[in-house]
Amino acid sequence: MEIIKLSKDKFADFLASLSEGEQKLYAPQWVGESLRFAPVTDSSKVELGMANTTVPPKSIFFPQTETLYRYELGGTEMQQPQVRDTGVVLGARPCDARALVIVDNLFNWDLEDPYYNEQRVKNTVVGLACNNPCANCFCPSVGGDPASTEGLDVLMTELEDVYLLQPLTEKGQKLCQSVAAVTEKAAAGDQDAAENLHQQAREQVARKIETEGIPENLPKLWENTLWQETANSCLGCGICTFLCPTCHCFDIQDEVEGIEGRRCRMWDSCMFKEYTLHASGHNPRPTRRERTRNRINHKYSYFVDKFDVIACVGCGRCINYCPVNIDILEILQQAKEAL
Amino acid sequence: MCNNANPYVPYVATIEDTWFETEGDRCVKTFKVTLDEAAARDSWSHQPGQCAMVGLLGIGESMFCISCSPTEGDFLRFSIMRAGKNTLALHEQEAGDKITVRGPYGNSFPMDDWKGKHIITIGGGIGQAPLRPIVEYVRANRDQYAGLTMIYGARTSEDLCFKGEFEEMAQSEDLSCNLTIDIEEEGWEHNVGFVPSMLMDLSPSPENAIAITCGPPIMIRFVLENLKKLGFADEQIYTTLENRMKCGFGKCGRCNVGNLYVCKDGPVFSYATLKEIPEAFA
Repeated sequence: MEIIKLSKDKFADFLASLSEGEQKLYAPQWVGESLRFAPVTDSSKVELGMANTTVPPKSIFFPQTETLYRYELGGTEMQQPQVRDTGVVLGARPCDARALVIVDNLFNWDLEDPYYNEQRVKNTVVGLACNNPCANCFCPSVGGDPASTEGLDVLMTELEDVYLLQPLTEKGQKLCQSVAAVTEKAAAGDQDAAENLHQQAREQVARKIETEGIPENLPKLWENTLWQETANSCLGCGICTFLCPTCHCFDIQDEVEGIEGRRCRMWDSCMFKEYTLHASGHNPRPTRRERTRNRINHKYSYFVDKFDVIACVGCGRCINYCPVNIDILEILQQAKEAL
Repeated sequence: MCNNANPYVPYVATIEDTWFETEGDRCVKTFKVTLDEAAARDSWSHQPGQCAMVGLLGIGESMFCISCSPTEGDFLRFSIMRAGKNTLALHEQEAGDKITVRGPYGNSFPMDDWKGKHIITIGGGIGQAPLRPIVEYVRANRDQYAGLTMIYGARTSEDLCFKGEFEEMAQSEDLSCNLTIDIEEEGWEHNVGFVPSMLMDLSPSPENAIAITCGPPIMIRFVLENLKKLGFADEQIYTTLENRMKCGFGKCGRCNVGNLYVCKDGPVFSYATLKEIPEAFA
């Protein structure tokens, strides 16, 4: 498929052609203090210069709160939400796009999840290769790459004056055709320049973990003191899971206002006590020790057992945003040493 | 599974009948329900051991074992202990009221594999609810099984679920019905003592037998110990687990014990599987 380039001075026109008609365009924008994927209404608000958004683009596919169906109290009719518009998710980092492919396994295991799948089918994901990985990025250690194409329809690479757009799927090809008026064919040198940047970025990733042996052996460290040691500083705030691009756990709750009700699902966290609390008062994971142990085991062992892939893409968010500096790589390093 | 493009949307069901199994703060009420749509009734098929999400619009949903065998008829039964918000609201429902049901979820007791064997159920308290379908299923297909022994106990005779069924069972030649309560009571004609001790008093032979136990964790612990003393292999011992659930089909995350989801890989597990999972009995 033909690689095209977009001159930076045509960026606003590019965004305009991506949001033509009913199509929604989501791109990183500052919303309060967090950078997140939001519908684009003003092209000058789009922020592609930061490495990672605060909230990963999973929020488009698996919203923080989502209506499953609506009903009237006293009735038995359940009204499913309206069919959603197609969309473009612009500027997803390769780690976050790879996370979608990982989570696809979960949402299609046995019964298919109609809400998640609808958004996956209807949205075209335009990725942005990382030229400058963050201090806590470690995507290569868990099977990723600053220019990984997994889960992307188009890979975009920022060069000095242009963005290079490489279509990767049929959806990506269609998107590239739709912006033909504002783009041009890339030159041979452009692609070389992009590959050089990808290579430089790869070399810049500073943090590493050798995961070999972890998935099959981690549960053997069940009684190891490292879980209590980590839990000692944990506040149980759940930010490590809320901002994790592969965390997919949810709660289902009913919300009622007057006679109008809806059953919705919302992000939940295995770091919360209520997550596993039985109505009887019994809790199979009563303290942060058990909850921390479950979080790390789930990502690095249980998920691998089921779907043959580690449920972590090395985005570094859980390290960057933990208020008490709990560092997943340090936990894994301690585990490695204990094995 | 719900015969529906959207597995989150439940069937509507009507409560046909309700009755209390036990009294008190944590009373157990049984609901006999029928799915409203004919198509839903036709496509519904469950096996002993499976669960369903039972709910009320505006309140919420919780997972319960289906406490009847498919051999009993074209209806579902749920025996629900009053414990939290959802169960409290469900307990307020009576015959004619509407509830929502989705499922059935999870694996089931391997009734086919157990054909030709002596089936021994060992239950305590509300733990009899998932065992009851086994008893009913074996009784309905009695010629296919070598024997049926039911051991069931509770703190007091009032705390026994399914009391109305025991008189007929005690007379029946289908099964050996063994009831026990923890403390002596006037008029109680059956055993007095804990379930694990009664198991030892009866000492069933492990030969060609399967033992299924469900009840409070402390009871399960001693039943397992005693079954091992009697010579039961890990593969001959089964139990059914419960954990908090939201979806019922392996997405919402919370019901796992180790690498297994109770909702999909379970709720029925052999002891051979569970003994490898450190948090299985947590």
